[in-house]
Amino acid sequence: MRNAWLVPGIPFFSFLIVGLFIRPLSEKAAGWVATAALFVSAFFAYSIAWDYFSHFGIGHEGPALVPWAFEWLRYQDHLTATIGTLIDPISILLMVVVTTVSALVHLYSIGYMAGDDGYGRYFTFLNLFSFSMLGLVVAPNIVQMFVCWELVGVSSFLLIGYYYRKPSAVAAGKKAFIVTRFADLGFLIGILILGYFGIEAFPHIGAKIQQEMAGLSSIPIQAIDFAFINHPATAHYILTTAGTVLGLSTLAVACILIFMGCAGKSAMFPLHIWLPDAMEGPTPVSALIHAATMVVAGVYLVARLFPSFAAAGTPLDVVAFIGTFTCAFAAIIACTQDDIKRVLAFSTLSQLGYMMLALGVATAVSPLGHTASMFHLFTHAFFKALLFLAAGALIHGVHSNEIWDMGGLRKKLPVTHLTFLAATLAIAGVPPLSGFFSKDEILRAAVENHHPIVFGVALFVAGLTAFYMFRIYFISFWGDARSEKAEHAHEAPAVMLIPLIALALLAIFAGFVPMGEYLGTSHGGHHGIHWNIAIPATLAGLIGIALSAFMYTGTRERYVAVARALGGMYTVVKNKFYVDEVYLFVTKNIIFHYIARPIAWFDRHIVDGAINLYAWLTGALGRGLKPLQTGQVQTYSAWWISGAVFFIILLWMKLS
Amino acid sequence: MGLISWYVVIPAATAFAITLVPKAKPMAIRWVASTGGFLLVLLSAIVSVKYWNLAAADIELLRTSMFTKLYMVEQWTWFKSIGIEYFVGVDGISVLMLDLTAIIIFTGSLASWYVTERPKEFFALLYTLVTGVFGVFVSFDLFLFFVFYEVAVLPMYLLIGIWGTGPRNYSALKLTLMLLMGSAGLLVGILALYHGSGIHSFNLIELSKIHFPEAFQLWVFPIIFVGFGVLGAIFPLHTWSPDGHASAPTAVSMLHAGVLMKLGGYGCLRVAIYLMPEGAIYWAMFFMALATVNILYGSLGAIKQKDLKYFTAYSSVSHCGFVLFGLLALNLMGIKGAVIQMFSHGIMTGLFFGLIGMVYGRTHTRMIPEMGGLAKVMPWLASAFYIGGLASLGLPGLSGFIAESHVFLGGFFGNQWHDITLMRTLTILATLSIVVTAVYVLRGLATVFHSTITNPEFEKLTDATLPEKISTGVLIAALAIGGMLPWLFVDLIEGSIFPFLNRLHESGMISSL
Repeated sequence: MRNAWLVPGIPFFSFLIVGLFIRPLSEKAAGWVATAALFVSAFFAYSIAWDYFSHFGIGHEGPALVPWAFEWLRYQDHLTATIGTLIDPISILLMVVVTTVSALVHLYSIGYMAGDDGYGRYFTFLNLFSFSMLGLVVAPNIVQMFVCWELVGVSSFLLIGYYYRKPSAVAAGKKAFIVTRFADLGFLIGILILGYFGIEAFPHIGAKIQQEMAGLSSIPIQAIDFAFINHPATAHYILTTAGTVLGLSTLAVACILIFMGCAGKSAMFPLHIWLPDAMEGPTPVSALIHAATMVVAGVYLVARLFPSFAAAGTPLDVVAFIGTFTCAFAAIIACTQDDIKRVLAFSTLSQLGYMMLALGVATAVSPLGHTASMFHLFTHAFFKALLFLAAGALIHGVHSNEIWDMGGLRKKLPVTHLTFLAATLAIAGVPPLSGFFSKDEILRAAVENHHPIVFGVALFVAGLTAFYMFRIYFISFWGDARSEKAEHAHEAPAVMLIPLIALALLAIFAGFVPMGEYLGTSHGGHHGIHWNIAIPATLAGLIGIALSAFMYTGTRERYVAVARALGGMYTVVKNKFYVDEVYLFVTKNIIFHYIARPIAWFDRHIVDGAINLYAWLTGALGRGLKPLQTGQVQTYSAWWISGAVFFIILLWMKLS
Repeated sequence: MGLISWYVVIPAATAFAITLVPKAKPMAIRWVASTGGFLLVLLSAIVSVKYWNLAAADIELLRTSMFTKLYMVEQWTWFKSIGIEYFVGVDGISVLMLDLTAIIIFTGSLASWYVTERPKEFFALLYTLVTGVFGVFVSFDLFLFFVFYEVAVLPMYLLIGIWGTGPRNYSALKLTLMLLMGSAGLLVGILALYHGSGIHSFNLIELSKIHFPEAFQLWVFPIIFVGFGVLGAIFPLHTWSPDGHASAPTAVSMLHAGVLMKLGGYGCLRVAIYLMPEGAIYWAMFFMALATVNILYGSLGAIKQKDLKYFTAYSSVSHCGFVLFGLLALNLMGIKGAVIQMFSHGIMTGLFFGLIGMVYGRTHTRMIPEMGGLAKVMPWLASAFYIGGLASLGLPGLSGFIAESHVFLGGFFGNQWHDITLMRTLTILATLSIVVTAVYVLRGLATVFHSTITNPEFEKLTDATLPEKISTGVLIAALAIGGMLPWLFVDLIEGSIFPFLNRLHESGMISSL
């Protein structure tokens, strides 16, 4: 496991080599080298998973190892940011997911991006992203997490704005970066708080934790390591000594602030606005970054800090609330969108909501939701990446994103059709595909921890998910071709179909992985299917599918009538509840007009005006005195004599 | 002559050599100038490595020392009767600043490759100016320090007045007068220290052995701090900076924003905080609040700027705020962050001004709304601009993050003398700038480089030439090395920061008695 650093390391070196040396020489080679790097990295990820689980066994919680680390940045004593690899079940899970999806997306991109003039640049950025994401996954401390967190953000920015001549793509990249950056402000302040109290606690409990960590880590423990932050003693120390802020414990405040960062990255309401726009990027990028990997970073960080969140209590309620709300909110919008990628983006939001709410309903004693969330992250990565890649094949064939331009494509694109169908069934929660199992776990977690409202919403959204997913499925693949382009659509090349088939197999079978065993939280006897939950959930899905089939396979009048019946409500939903407009108003009108512009004016006219006034006064004084300098000896001597007389009088008065 | 004196000799000799080259041979002038710059980079590399080896052995000693330990010292009496010495040497902080200056003057010379108006005088003045800058960073005699300081400030007037653009006379005069106003205060402060010490010496190390009375420190500290602070663009005395930078030619902007503004922060630390720790403790919160204004106000002011140079100048005002902010946190992380920020901002802003010059040389406009889509015709310059922009918004992997994270931690962790709630409030206000910076950097750059080309004239423009590529490449490499291998910085400067902290702690104890 010592070679775990190779998993992020290989994409990193490949990024440098491809970016600096190969790209200028051959664009084509750049693509293949970048892709090969990810396959090698995936190989190492699997070998680490194999080593770890064959060494420590499954069915109980495995240890968190830091087999490789070095001192990167020494802030002060006990506050050194290390760069290292943390190996524990959830980091292995993420490593496997990220390398698998990334390798397949790289391969797919060779076909999808062929002939694009930024081909080499594209693969360089894709490597950069993979490296950053893997670095984030294996981060043993919160600073490495933050560093990689920002790096995935910037790779996402670069790839969303990849078509840089297209103003909408540039705007979308900017928006994504700035919104997540705003959220990261919370993350940063959260780190500052945890760092401060970590350092305060360190003299009391550092030695003890160090002792417990003996043999697990290759480097002394620091106050910003997850092993330290998550330790019960640390939480206890902060809860007992740090006092409260606005009625919340300091630990809760720190966790909520960090959750703000997570909500930005995972696009939770109200910070979700960047994700639908991010679809301006190339479709494989949407599959990798904005569906399978980067957007789950927020979920992952909450899972990573779960012991702290659970110890503080309140933050988990916030997570559950935001997760549940986003889950329903996004699903409702998804029913009305016409751009296939946007529908998938809202669907991603909704599924991320599921993952968040699952974490939110978990508790320290009953961490079922934690397992469920990771399980859903795992299955979602495959079926959602597949949905995007299949959508990419559709777009590639039809040259349009609009579902109303498609239609009848099941015969022209048979492989795409079948893989898309598999993914749609998986996300709809139809047994025995992967989504069914993970959604079942989430619903069960909500029931077992007594969150009836969360359960109710989640069940409703399960039906809604099936409805909107089959809506786009029926519109694009059934009926007649609705446009000239759809008439002449053609199947994608093999290099694109292979990843589709691989992901389809994963989307179908990933549900059979006994996730609870691997994560060590199953507590025996609990796993398997729970019919009391599986039956209503499946029914909800089937109702959604049936409704969708009824509305979208027949004549146009049916759904038009429904839309008309809903009237204003439909318009509001179609416009995404006008959240974007609110943001635009706040930034454009308030920040730019009423803050930035007045400041620029204030600086030019008041601050600088004061300086210029001072200069003018000096000048005026000089000009005022200038007439005295006449050059006439008579005047000078007159002044001199009057001065002398004045002083003599003064002296005389003093003397007398 | 020791190694350190070469820092003064090389640029002075380069300036002199340039005056000997015939006017008709501009190529020769460029080569002489660039060679001088290159030699300085080489010298810096040698000195850095040497310092490293020497100081590594002393790290334990430095942790408890009350006095800055100098290496590679050269000390000769100059005016014995009034205690002036030629006293030069380095500690870790000055080594980092020397590295910065060498990199900037080298890349600045390359970036000025295409100066056509009187290149001979231009380069000669440039190297005279940089002689002063190097001199400041190596001298530990306050008189010598002041002399070099003035040498660094004065040629600026000519460089802006003759080679500048726009309202150059106004800007040059404004810049010079405002900075001289600062140095007038500085002179008063230095003389006060000289007389107040009672030892009739300008030797900084000797002066630091004197404990100045608290009442004395309370009035001299702000004079010296503001004197240097003007050069560090402290609010509200920063307005020379946007005008001055906007009018200055490329290499001068690079040097000025890149290095000269660092003299401000350097002087605040080296003279004001070092000699008057009680004054520093007393005044810290006042100036820290001003630095917070700098950080936020500069970044908000940058959003609405239309001229690329004003845009960068306001960004500099914001980033220089981090230097002062970190220093005034008066703890290890704050001061370390401030010193790293000096380096990081120097390189970054040097890169920005260099690039602006290169873009302006092609488009003949600096107005952001008039440009658009330039990435297509100048991919190298666009990428370089983006890397600089990302460094400026504190992206990890580039040096800005290392500096800013230190400063934030320093501010948030506070110190034992000041109200921690106040310091945290100021820190949180300062962190807001990371969002604002992202807004203005991405807005500005996206407008200039992205979308489609707005002006058909721009279709014919060309990308960077070889000297320009070397110049920007070196600066980018420095940003990346700083960001990816930060322990190099930390190892270099940390030992030299302990004496400052030890002095603060001791005087903090005295004043609380």
